[in-house]
Amino acid sequence: MHIGSKNLINGNTINISNFKAPKNKRMIKFLTQFGLYFLLLKKVFSKPEKPSLYFKQTMSEFVNLGLNSIGIIAIICFFMGAVITLQTAYNTENPIYPKYLIGLGCRDSMILEFSSTIAALILAGKVGSNIAAEIGTMRVTEQIDALEIMGVNSASYLILPKIIATLLFNPILTLIGIIVGIFGGWIAGTFAGVITSENFIYGIQYAFIPYYIVYSLIKTVFFAFIITTVSSFQGYYVAGGSLEVGRASTKAVVYSSVLILLFNVILTQILLS
Amino acid sequence: MIRVINLNKSFNGKAVLENISVTFETGKTNLIIGRSGSGKTVLLKSIVGLHEIESGEIWYEDTLFNTLDFKGKKMIRTEMGMLFQGSALFDSLTVEQNVMFPLDMFTDQTSEEKIERVNFCLNRVNIINANNLFPSELSGGMKKRVAIARAIALNPKYLFCDEPNSGLDPITAILIDALIKELTEEYSMTTIVNTHDMNSVMEIGEKIIFISDGVKCWEGNKNDILNSDCEILNDFVFANSLAKKLRSANK
Repeated sequence: MHIGSKNLINGNTINISNFKAPKNKRMIKFLTQFGLYFLLLKKVFSKPEKPSLYFKQTMSEFVNLGLNSIGIIAIICFFMGAVITLQTAYNTENPIYPKYLIGLGCRDSMILEFSSTIAALILAGKVGSNIAAEIGTMRVTEQIDALEIMGVNSASYLILPKIIATLLFNPILTLIGIIVGIFGGWIAGTFAGVITSENFIYGIQYAFIPYYIVYSLIKTVFFAFIITTVSSFQGYYVAGGSLEVGRASTKAVVYSSVLILLFNVILTQILLS
Repeated sequence: MIRVINLNKSFNGKAVLENISVTFETGKTNLIIGRSGSGKTVLLKSIVGLHEIESGEIWYEDTLFNTLDFKGKKMIRTEMGMLFQGSALFDSLTVEQNVMFPLDMFTDQTSEEKIERVNFCLNRVNIINANNLFPSELSGGMKKRVAIARAIALNPKYLFCDEPNSGLDPITAILIDALIKELTEEYSMTTIVNTHDMNSVMEIGEKIIFISDGVKCWEGNKNDILNSDCEILNDFVFANSLAKKLRSANK
């Protein structure tokens, strides 16, 4: 009998080596990843070596991750606003419902969910894969090792500017998304003839709750943090070659999206209850 | 001078380096040679602190490096320059920005002083009129030379080169070897070069250690290597048919 592989629980002999080994391995792997993620964050938020260089990097990330995302956010939000307006119109054809509800529905949908959550999911695909691929490629081509050899805190230098840029710029993207989405709704509604311009404009002003904007922006900030840190984490710990970088990009998008949806529920409960 | 004492390193329980002890001397090009997968790169990366070691000691002059915290290691690392196998130039930066990076990060020099230093380093490695090119626009040999220029930008005391000749034609490889040797003597650096290129060994091997399966099997210089009694070393040194013919002709 191998004593080391057995244990006594309530007087019964249990073979530890066969005891739910795969599940335990998965749990250990999950906890390891979880721990590594927070260790990386600790490294990221340590004091920068030379703030002026970090400022330059942050400005560059504003362009890469922020300005370059305006186009896709505007296009998606425009069409989402248009579809919401048309769908609401076709589902409220009953004369009991006042027509301005179409405008109200478009406004609230854009503010509460679409410009923050759906836009975050789109950004998880665009920005998240970009970050994971960029940092992952730097890892496999030893560029991160080169930074470490120079004495640079590579995690902080590469990731902190991305976090700052997205935390500051994504709320702007959300506001742009709201405006463009409502504009898309107005265009679609009036051109399709399902609502008059006056009714739509009355609807978007009716029972407006400014806190909804704050709620949306708070969610955006959380989602921006999730997208940037999860994607950076996936890229930073890549080992192998181009295949693994591709896998890391996919994981970055999947994990970010799942976490965005999870935190959407949690934040909605906290902020709107 | 860098001293390694009883260094052990393993990955997932598999020993990769076993009881390596060696002294790398100042002002000399110290070579670590061995077959692919013998543990050369792991040894080099352990020495510079990119890999945590299981046991042993790594001394940079009178400082025990492997027990230092991040700040302590950072102090030593500002005195290191490293040339990676794939050059590891930053893709998003131009040649000039790559060489200027350590100066930006660790000095308070003015822009003019930094540009002067960058041009000096680039001239030193014979890179002319390429300041505004990106790494993707350079040949393999040019990338290596730019990486050397970046490595010497801060006047390092220690220079590490991981297979500097890999992927280069024999003539460019000789030029890179000569450059490393010249710089080592000029700046009196402690240089460690990982290689399995016998041309390099015979050109610049002032001190050589041979590693096989993670164990140091032989230590000497380029004059001793052809007359060694070490069987595994001889298999490595006289692996190609030309070397074998030369050896039998000498006998």
